[in-house]
Amino acid sequence: MADKRFTRRDFLKIASVATLSGVGLSGISCKKADLEEFLQKHYLEMTDEEKKQTIKRLEEKYLKKYGKKFTISTQGAKPGTLWGYGLDLSRCIGCRRCVYGCVKENNPSRYNPQLHWIRVVRLPEGSLINLEKTEHYYNPPLVPEPGYVYMPVQCQHCENPPCVKVCPVRATWKEPDGLVVVDYNWCIGCRYCIAACPYKGRVFNWAEPNIPPEELNTAVHYLGNRPRYKNVVDKCTFCVQRVRQGRYPACVEACPTGTRKFGNLLDPNSEIRYLIDHKRVFRLKEDLNTEPKFYYFFGL
Amino acid sequence: MADMEAWRFFKQTLVLVAKGRPIYYLWCALLLFIMAVGLWFYTKQMEQGLIFTSMRNEVSWGLYIANFTYLVGVAAAAVLLVIPAYIYHFGPIKEIVVLGELFAASSIVMALLFVTVDLGRPERFWHLIPGIGILAFPNSLLAWDVIVLNGYFFLNVIVPVYILVNSYYEKEPNAKFIVPLILLSIPWAVGIHTVTAFLYNGLAARPFWNASILAPRFLASAFCSGPAIIIIIFQVIRKISQIKIANEALFKIAELIAYAMFLNLFLLGAEVFKEYYSNTIHLAPLEYLYQGLRGHHALVPWMWLSLAFNVTAFVLFLIPRTRKNIPTLNVGAFLIIIGVWIEKGPGFVAPGFIPDPLGEIYEYFPNFAELAISLGVWACGLLVFTLFMKVAIPIVRGDFIHSKHVKIGPRKKRAQLRDM
Amino acid sequence: MLFGACVLILFKITSVLQNKPMRRAALLSFFVILSVFCWSLDGRGKEEDFPVPRPPFSEGIFPCSSCHAGMEVNTKRRELKEEHTNIQLKHGSISRWCLDCHDAANRDMLRLVNGDRIDFSHSYELCGQCHGPTYRDWKVGVHGKRIGYFEGGPRTYFLCVNCHNPHDPKFKPIKPEPPPFKPLYRYNPAAGK
Repeated sequence: MADKRFTRRDFLKIASVATLSGVGLSGISCKKADLEEFLQKHYLEMTDEEKKQTIKRLEEKYLKKYGKKFTISTQGAKPGTLWGYGLDLSRCIGCRRCVYGCVKENNPSRYNPQLHWIRVVRLPEGSLINLEKTEHYYNPPLVPEPGYVYMPVQCQHCENPPCVKVCPVRATWKEPDGLVVVDYNWCIGCRYCIAACPYKGRVFNWAEPNIPPEELNTAVHYLGNRPRYKNVVDKCTFCVQRVRQGRYPACVEACPTGTRKFGNLLDPNSEIRYLIDHKRVFRLKEDLNTEPKFYYFFGL
Repeated sequence: MADMEAWRFFKQTLVLVAKGRPIYYLWCALLLFIMAVGLWFYTKQMEQGLIFTSMRNEVSWGLYIANFTYLVGVAAAAVLLVIPAYIYHFGPIKEIVVLGELFAASSIVMALLFVTVDLGRPERFWHLIPGIGILAFPNSLLAWDVIVLNGYFFLNVIVPVYILVNSYYEKEPNAKFIVPLILLSIPWAVGIHTVTAFLYNGLAARPFWNASILAPRFLASAFCSGPAIIIIIFQVIRKISQIKIANEALFKIAELIAYAMFLNLFLLGAEVFKEYYSNTIHLAPLEYLYQGLRGHHALVPWMWLSLAFNVTAFVLFLIPRTRKNIPTLNVGAFLIIIGVWIEKGPGFVAPGFIPDPLGEIYEYFPNFAELAISLGVWACGLLVFTLFMKVAIPIVRGDFIHSKHVKIGPRKKRAQLRDM
Repeated sequence: MLFGACVLILFKITSVLQNKPMRRAALLSFFVILSVFCWSLDGRGKEEDFPVPRPPFSEGIFPCSSCHAGMEVNTKRRELKEEHTNIQLKHGSISRWCLDCHDAANRDMLRLVNGDRIDFSHSYELCGQCHGPTYRDWKVGVHGKRIGYFEGGPRTYFLCVNCHNPHDPKFKPIKPEPPPFKPLYRYNPAAGK
């Protein structure tokens, strides 16, 4: 029986693949830190010691790149917490202060590309959640405009997240406290999760993020608002750097009309549980069975 | 001993590949040029980031994934040759099935390259290797796709290479080894395209894709486009290399295409009926394709063109007189190649994202960089196929065999006779 | 029940006192103590105290008694012509006027419906009289702007008047922040497809 011979064709195949991967690798310089970053393990597989080393390396990298000292937290989920969000649709006036409050806190790219984790859509009165009738780019002189309702949408942190299901490398997962997070150093940039999200909760860093240095927020979390890289996915994390310390997310604090609420769904005395018990709450696209933890309601 | 023979074989194939007629050099030079241009744009893309393309958050998959989908279908269609050849022993096809399988292998190379150029961080591909990285099998359909595509690639390389190398040494291939692999490649071919269909199908977020009809439609359109390309390519090969490819083989393939195209058109009709008659909110993507939606109608002429092409080709292939006539056969084949490409590419990937989950419409149109890179990948696949053919055809023709190239001394000849 | 127990104890004590005058003295002192106790209860339920910031007075307006201490009190409902002309009451103005909420005798306090006086820092009790559901929500923390800590740190509450002008509470429309860039435009919003 003749065994498979290594033919010219095989050589060409391997050569073409090698060339292309070489081109990809050529983006990386051959320094030690870069090599360590390239070979970095998945966040969930790291030991505490490895996490510490990774943080140290990242802080040095950010210092070199942005000239500012970052403090990267790796604070884990607190036991007995499941974060839920409430949004009062009767009070949202579409002013977008939440969008820019989030931008100030979470270090997204400001231009080329401009990434917003929150999208406020304007809907006509009478068909509240017919998402075919949305307008994203409304820009009247004053809001609210009569005859319209405003609905902010962001990552809903589903209990049954379709984005987590489809990621081929498990770069995104659901933390024990219910937050869906991304390990920016593990994501391969295939954008399958963006296709899978029914709420447009995820965005992609189409280029190296551009953040004005004076607007950088240096209190960051590894899984949250640390500065990202080009060609990886990111998304709202319910301000993981804040909520795990008991502080409200930035969008909740930015809202001038008290539209946004936040709390621990497992705490019977929390604000969010009060809302679910006392108001008529609903969630978007519940027929998709994603079980979002973002509850919309009407307070008035 | 075996190594020496392998090395000699390899050297001979190098000679084969390096020497050819001027048209061969011209063709390879053209392909290399297109590849170089594509590679230049690709380095730019990696440098700047994927913002260099016109994909954005609203439409996050574009020309690359469209081509990927099309090519996986084309590769799966090689099985349409395998079944008549090995199951029904249809003589005229049996001689050329090896070439068809190598074509499938080249298509898979192109498909894998398209995925690679679409990835944001291709250097992190090692994250996909189970054991070293994490492969989210069986949850993620992309993980399935990685496995089945690579498996199909190896199948479609091992089988023809094994057969060809045996032909080179004028030995009979070991049926116990090769037949199971051939039989495996039939469900595997259906499998690769079904997995690719499920990749889209499983996304509840995209109602245009979340239709049960998707996987059958994918297979039906794959079995139109792949064999149509094969019809054209085999005629080219026949002209260039004087290999005997009987017309009956081509006509049989065209007949099979006719059945597949009927199924494709029927399934399209079923989709159109369901969306237009029920008239729910989910009509929006189909309405965008065929009528335009809220003032956006860039794809409307393309879709109607594709429909016209497909129906015309169907008729041409159905009627025996036009099917068995080489010029109309070729017209039909070209119409199908283009029509199914439009249907599988812009007519499939784009409306999944238009309108987006929050109702926004971004009319994606690939920019020059994406076109250049896509053409570069196509050129790479065609070059791989050309080089395959440069070695395979002489073997199939019987010109390139071991005994013609090696002076076998009496001791070696006795040893060979002993082994046989 | 407390009163009944006191009476029982009292009679037990006085029964041991053989002396009639002593018994009378004990009963009298008991009732005196009891009435002092009841007076200290003030006769109403006490609302919870909330950690609110200082009331957002206009510059120099507080304490009101710096002007009103020497003034005559005129409780006739009228339109003010000389002072406070910048305040247009658009808040139940048909059925109410200034001195329904501001205490006539002591302008440094607010007046509840039952006549009780409360401090400006407890003005939420005043609003809560009419806006019951909102007041209940606010006490839990579900109404209005939230900042700071929801647990693990000091909870902050805003006064109603920190957001709502008590004389003209309806929110005015404001200028929205800019819309996001259209997809193809990288550096500026630019009108386009």
